[in-house]
Amino acid sequence: MAQVSLKNIRKVYPNGYEAVVPTSFNIADGEFVVLVGPSGCGKSTLLRMIAGLEDITVGELSIGDRNVNHVDPADRDIAMVFQNYALYPHMTVRKNIGYGLKNRKTAASDIEAKVQDAAKMLNLTEFLDRKPSQLSGGQRQRVAMGRAVVRDPALFLFDEPLSNLDAKLRHQMRIEIKALQRRLGVTSIYVTHDQVEAMTMADRIIVLNTGRIEQIGTPTEIYHRPASTFVASFMGAPPMNLLNAESADGRVHLGGDMSVAASTADGPVIWGIRPEDIEIDPTGDIPFTVDIVEELGAHRLLHGQLNGQDLTIHVSKDVVVSAGPIRISINLDAVVLFNPETGLAL
Amino acid sequence: MTDTTSTPIAKRPLKWTHVMDHLILILGALFMLVPLLMVLQTTTTTDLETIKNGPEFVIGDQFDDNFMSAMFQASGFSGENTGLRMLMNSLILGIGFALGKIVIGMMAAYALVYFRLRFATLAFWLIFTTLLLPLEVRILPSYEVAQKLGLLNTYTGLIVPLIASATATFFFRQFFRSVPEELVEAARIDGAGPVKFFIDILVPLSQTMIAAMFIIMFVFGWNQYLWPTMVTTEEGMFTLVRGIKQLTQDLEGTNIPEYGRANMLALIAILPPVLVVIFFQSWFVKGLTESDK
Repeated sequence: MAQVSLKNIRKVYPNGYEAVVPTSFNIADGEFVVLVGPSGCGKSTLLRMIAGLEDITVGELSIGDRNVNHVDPADRDIAMVFQNYALYPHMTVRKNIGYGLKNRKTAASDIEAKVQDAAKMLNLTEFLDRKPSQLSGGQRQRVAMGRAVVRDPALFLFDEPLSNLDAKLRHQMRIEIKALQRRLGVTSIYVTHDQVEAMTMADRIIVLNTGRIEQIGTPTEIYHRPASTFVASFMGAPPMNLLNAESADGRVHLGGDMSVAASTADGPVIWGIRPEDIEIDPTGDIPFTVDIVEELGAHRLLHGQLNGQDLTIHVSKDVVVSAGPIRISINLDAVVLFNPETGLAL
Repeated sequence: MTDTTSTPIAKRPLKWTHVMDHLILILGALFMLVPLLMVLQTTTTTDLETIKNGPEFVIGDQFDDNFMSAMFQASGFSGENTGLRMLMNSLILGIGFALGKIVIGMMAAYALVYFRLRFATLAFWLIFTTLLLPLEVRILPSYEVAQKLGLLNTYTGLIVPLIASATATFFFRQFFRSVPEELVEAARIDGAGPVKFFIDILVPLSQTMIAAMFIIMFVFGWNQYLWPTMVTTEEGMFTLVRGIKQLTQDLEGTNIPEYGRANMLALIAILPPVLVVIFFQSWFVKGLTESDK
């Protein structure tokens, strides 16, 4: 068990590319933290630096109370699960799981007992004598998990472990990983580009963009109070609606009579609203033209125009709508305002 | 439809191009086979008959006599170079040559691919250009070095100077480069150092590749002629390929050349490479084509 702390960690590749700008954050003992961002945002680099697979250019990294900047990956007391599982193809599941222990000179009987325990936990007992090539994707993923669990490390690192699985299996493994982490209480860092994984699994999310942290917060905070337009549009599917609005006399106006109070200088402002915070209201004061109705089973998405700006509305499956003009109302408490130049929340 | 044996085979119209194709193939096969059959025929007759009548279509009864003399009768002065002895020397050369090349090639490729050497690419191309400098080109300096090191007439001298291999290094380098990076990283986190990773992970993964290399290199080593002729002067060190020559040399004077025995030795010399290729064929194809990682 351990807390992790990063102090001004920076990564510059030999070719001069700065993959991670100086970054600091702390992860508490037993916390499940998800690093999320689009590809090339530096999330994997960050994780690999924590694992010790990548040199840290500048900064201080500590796991537990120990500075591990120059500690070999094997001695950092970590375990990592890779995107393509990275199982040893010529070893049986048993040997794959036990290999790390064997290298640490654990007694053979201990290894066997621990491998059995891990296999039982992950429902792998009947597959122990198979080779990875004889397993399905989900089973391989479990073996990779087993290899991490068996060592009883202080820190789990996950590098997009579910992106090679199909949607159904991904959903199932998401729950399994989360449950396992809860049970073992091991501090975990999980890298993904899938915002659904981030939202569902994380205790805390760190949103990264072009090598810098955009926001750190709980899933609820990130979702409802995005710190920037990047976070607003990256997290959530469909993304938050971002509309151009005008601020005047301490109020922000979105065409018509819609306005919220805001202490901002006069001028253009970006008005952010989640699709589910808008509802159809025949008595509402905003006219909206529905262009396309997207049928999603449990709910519908209405894509259309509000004063010439694109807008998406989320309605429940009970609300029947067809294309054409309707009237809507917006939950003004849920509005988030952004500075159009910096993209940061006001 | 219980009787499946009488299912009529669809007759294809006879095409002249097919006939030509087969004719060419048959001619090619005969071209390769006839000399072998001649060798086989000669081993069954007495030397006298061979020298009198040349190759015949008759199969004689001297096969076992020729076999015994080829395997167990020594020629030369020392009486050390029996067929059996030469067979052993050839096997030692073939296996030592193949294993040596594989070990050196693998280790060189491992260093080139996995370690941050400053001039790895340059080193690789330097190794690669040695393909342009085969032993035959540098035979004199090689001989001098071997002689100065006192390696003449030793197995070490026979094998070691031939071992450095650009081909094996190249094949293993390509193979190692296709091994996923994550495997190295997983092994690092699992606490496997460079040596352990090599032995526990890379070598088992390279199995089929090693088998394929072994076949090529064994046949290559077995057929070495020039170098063994240079470094072995003691008859006890002769290899088969070199020893056969020794037998047919006695043409002058009243001696009848030992055709039966020499051809029998030739036959014995052909067998091991053929057997290796036949038995390891599937590995060979697998090693060079499959990428099961």
